[in-house]
Amino acid sequence: MDDHERPGQGRDRPVSVQQSQDTGRPVQLNWRMRIRRDRTLLLMTVPSIALLLVFNYAPLFGLATAFQDYDPLVGVWHSQWVGFDQFRQLFHDAQFWDSLKNTIYLSFVQLILFFPIPIVLALLLNTVLSTRVRNFIQSVVYLPHFFSWVLTITIFQQMLGGAGLLNQYLRSHGMSTWDIMTNPHTFALLVTSQAVWKEAGWGIIVFLAALAGINRELYEAAAADGAGRWRRMWHITLPGMRGVIVLMLVLRLGNALSVGFEQFLIQRDAVGHSSADVLDTFSFYYGIATNNYSYGAAAGLFKSVISLLLIWGANKLAHAFGEDGLYRK
Amino acid sequence: MTNTLSISPTRAGAAAQARGNKAGSARPPWEEPPTVVGQTVKGLTLIGVVAVVLVPIWIILVTSFSTPGAINRAGGLVIWPDGLTVEPYREMLLDPTVRTSLLVSLGITLIGTAVSMAVSVMCAYGLSRPRSFAHRFLLLLLIVTMFVNGGLIPTFLVVTDLGGYGKYWALILPSAVSVFNILILRAFYSETSGELIDAARLDGAGDWRILWSVVLPTSRAVTAVVALFYAVGYWNAFFNVMLYMPTDSQKWPLQYVLLTYVNRGVGLPGSVNAGFGSAHAQTAPLSLQMAVVVLTLIPLLIVYPFVQKHFRTGVLTGAIKG
Repeated sequence: MDDHERPGQGRDRPVSVQQSQDTGRPVQLNWRMRIRRDRTLLLMTVPSIALLLVFNYAPLFGLATAFQDYDPLVGVWHSQWVGFDQFRQLFHDAQFWDSLKNTIYLSFVQLILFFPIPIVLALLLNTVLSTRVRNFIQSVVYLPHFFSWVLTITIFQQMLGGAGLLNQYLRSHGMSTWDIMTNPHTFALLVTSQAVWKEAGWGIIVFLAALAGINRELYEAAAADGAGRWRRMWHITLPGMRGVIVLMLVLRLGNALSVGFEQFLIQRDAVGHSSADVLDTFSFYYGIATNNYSYGAAAGLFKSVISLLLIWGANKLAHAFGEDGLYRK
Repeated sequence: MTNTLSISPTRAGAAAQARGNKAGSARPPWEEPPTVVGQTVKGLTLIGVVAVVLVPIWIILVTSFSTPGAINRAGGLVIWPDGLTVEPYREMLLDPTVRTSLLVSLGITLIGTAVSMAVSVMCAYGLSRPRSFAHRFLLLLLIVTMFVNGGLIPTFLVVTDLGGYGKYWALILPSAVSVFNILILRAFYSETSGELIDAARLDGAGDWRILWSVVLPTSRAVTAVVALFYAVGYWNAFFNVMLYMPTDSQKWPLQYVLLTYVNRGVGLPGSVNAGFGSAHAQTAPLSLQMAVVVLTLIPLLIVYPFVQKHFRTGVLTGAIKG
């Protein structure tokens, strides 16, 4: 990967190895010498790489189970190959289509209702001139990002659930109660508001950074030209955020099939699987909970392949907008 | 939305003299003084945002310190303190399951974070030196895992094949390496001045020594942020427990206890006639449940203020330069 590089330019590689003793001029190092020179650095990466090989790369081979009738007793090597049978069965499974539909629908709702909020919040917060007020608000809105999903959902339950604060208030004022936590029809709104509560504050970080990076002289010049605050926002602030917005959108679209696994897993039983099952929970319940590993792996593989296509497509879209996206063209 | 773009502690009259003033609270020269309506709308919005986060936490906190009488009078959750007591906490910590789970959670978090940090710091430094052998290839190997993975079931099969079922290491090792965190660290380590490192090398320091005595001390802030990310990950994890030790309640960490006893409302095993898992188990009193909720929050609230101010640098370097 590195072989065309000229030695002797390593900013902090040992001087003695890279320069000839008598002439002080760079000498060509072959790969053996480079490995010897960098052996400590290479050694340092070994534990991480080893863990990734075992827990991230090895499971890639385990994807073979999607094409087998996997039997835990004999393992991947000796299980029977069944070709695309698992997928055929999957595509005839109404519950699979339900979970795919739910995934796409939930993802869409989250995109529409979640995505703009951090941007608006960042714009709003950016106009707060007092650093103390700003820092306070920031440290408060970042906080829920560090809560677990279990905790977040428990908090929602205590506030909005059947025995929660809202219904307690409704009951004591003689109104009919409204159990949001178990209602399949409003589930999409519920999970989106949970996601907003937990992550919207954290999401503003990148937008705030983009805002901080905008050249202040542009504002001054625009103001001198008579542009009011709304015109300045439209012509300076928003274009300044464009790159980051597109990048975030690409990431979001690429992850459209990962709507939030733990969140759904916890609430699935209360709401009912026909509206709360997404591809990830489908793969979990019909794979691990029923020991039908191959079936679950097939559902998982389906999701991964579509996700990769989505990332690729979203990135193309970003390039079409003249932005970098995840990687440069 | 608002029709003004600034909240400022300075009066409108101060705007004129703000030019050239570098203090963060000064009005920039191009800003008009805010209108009253805009100011109010913006202020209320921001207060609302802060309240949405803080009010539920406050209510849970107050309820956890309340006597059963106070909770009854309030008809459920307590909004304003009325008869405070630490009894729920005493009772909760007497429960063997909660106590064990607290220790398990602390253990997993401390050991897991230590393992993750050791492995990640080394890897990040190993890949941060310019023109070192194969660093581009190794970096690629790392980044690929961010986009391509075997998914839930193949990973589960690998871990169980290695004998991870029911073992604590299954809660740590599969998630020990976060490529995102390594990229954050690496971005910082790459910035450490080459002259500084050259000087250390001339003094006879090897790479281990340089990492320990030069690079780490100059990047304390980002190290703290990444350590917090890892620690929060371990502290919050419950799904791995569900996969690898769903039945053994003696090995559960706190989040799983929270899920079972509070979220799903199963009775605490310590309380009267409440055999775990039995459908007739008596649900724990609300104050006790809220005490468990608070318990999961405490470690975070202790660490958060120290690390919070470094978030921005940490996250951004990771997200943009990585």
